[in-house]
Amino acid sequence: MMTTLIDILLLTLMGVTALFALRLKNLFAAVMLTGIYSLLSALWFLILDAVDVSFTEAAVGAGFSTVLMLGTLALTRHEEKPGNHSQLLPLFVVLITGGILVYGTLDMPRFADPLAPIHTHVAPHYIEKSGEEIGVPNIVTSVLASYRGFDTLGETTVIFTAGVGVLLLLGIGRRREESDE
Amino acid sequence: MTHHFILRVVTKLLLPLILLFALYVQFHGDFGPGGGFQAGVIFAAGLVLYALVFGLDTASAVIREWVLLALTPIGVLLYAGVGIASLFLGGNYLDYNVLAHDPIHGQHLGILLVELGVGITVAAVLTTIFFAFAGRGRRDGRGKLRPTISDNSSGGAEP
Repeated sequence: MMTTLIDILLLTLMGVTALFALRLKNLFAAVMLTGIYSLLSALWFLILDAVDVSFTEAAVGAGFSTVLMLGTLALTRHEEKPGNHSQLLPLFVVLITGGILVYGTLDMPRFADPLAPIHTHVAPHYIEKSGEEIGVPNIVTSVLASYRGFDTLGETTVIFTAGVGVLLLLGIGRRREESDE
Repeated sequence: MTHHFILRVVTKLLLPLILLFALYVQFHGDFGPGGGFQAGVIFAAGLVLYALVFGLDTASAVIREWVLLALTPIGVLLYAGVGIASLFLGGNYLDYNVLAHDPIHGQHLGILLVELGVGITVAAVLTTIFFAFAGRGRRDGRGKLRPTISDNSSGGAEP
């Protein structure tokens, strides 16, 4: 009962935060609201017992990306430009996409169903044998770093590529030669 | 930047704890929640906090840009190097069992090195991205983020 109340409260707060972030014209406040939204979803992951994901969401979503957006905001205006396009077409696209996504979830197994394919494939092996084969108490770490080592190598390469891309686009050095405009 | 006295004091107090916590998350990831990615983000967040409060020039004097640029590939190379080491020791790519005499010890060593590689790359890349973003805003040469909301008239193409 208590957990249900907390669930409802958190999800309501997330919905309200998202709506206000959409409605606000002040970009600074909108960025702050996205940070709050990330913090709320970190709490949500915590309730779902995904501690590692919650950790990542709190550090990256609530912390780092908010700072990056503020850094971007310092380069532009603080107010959103009023758009003069009709919002009917975007609304239509969003409704159709959302409807298809919801329709897709109807086929999914129920939440925490022990017979769901994801729980009968390799997960039992990881959970039962991780202690003997890897010997690391945190199964998440043993899956990420050892069983799924290739995936994590790929992710690290993606992060590396992102850094290189930002460097190529923005550069990091002092821009003294542009300072005398 | 003589104001923000409380912020500066609190930052100085918190910064060692943040960096220490990042190292804890890094090396305790085998036993508790966390790992290389989270540790890298926390470490970078510590550096970003320092740069936000004390200015970009102070922060880039603490950690030089070439250090960041060198650390970025080192993490990936460390990760990939563990895989190549296990190839040379007779196993498959990224098979940590062969890294030590005992497979369990090999797994521990492999996971430690691999997570360290992830942490190094993530911390370096995130700090680099922040420096690149923040460096764009200081064309006035005063060495801190320009907190103005007026349009930057550098483009000239705007109507």
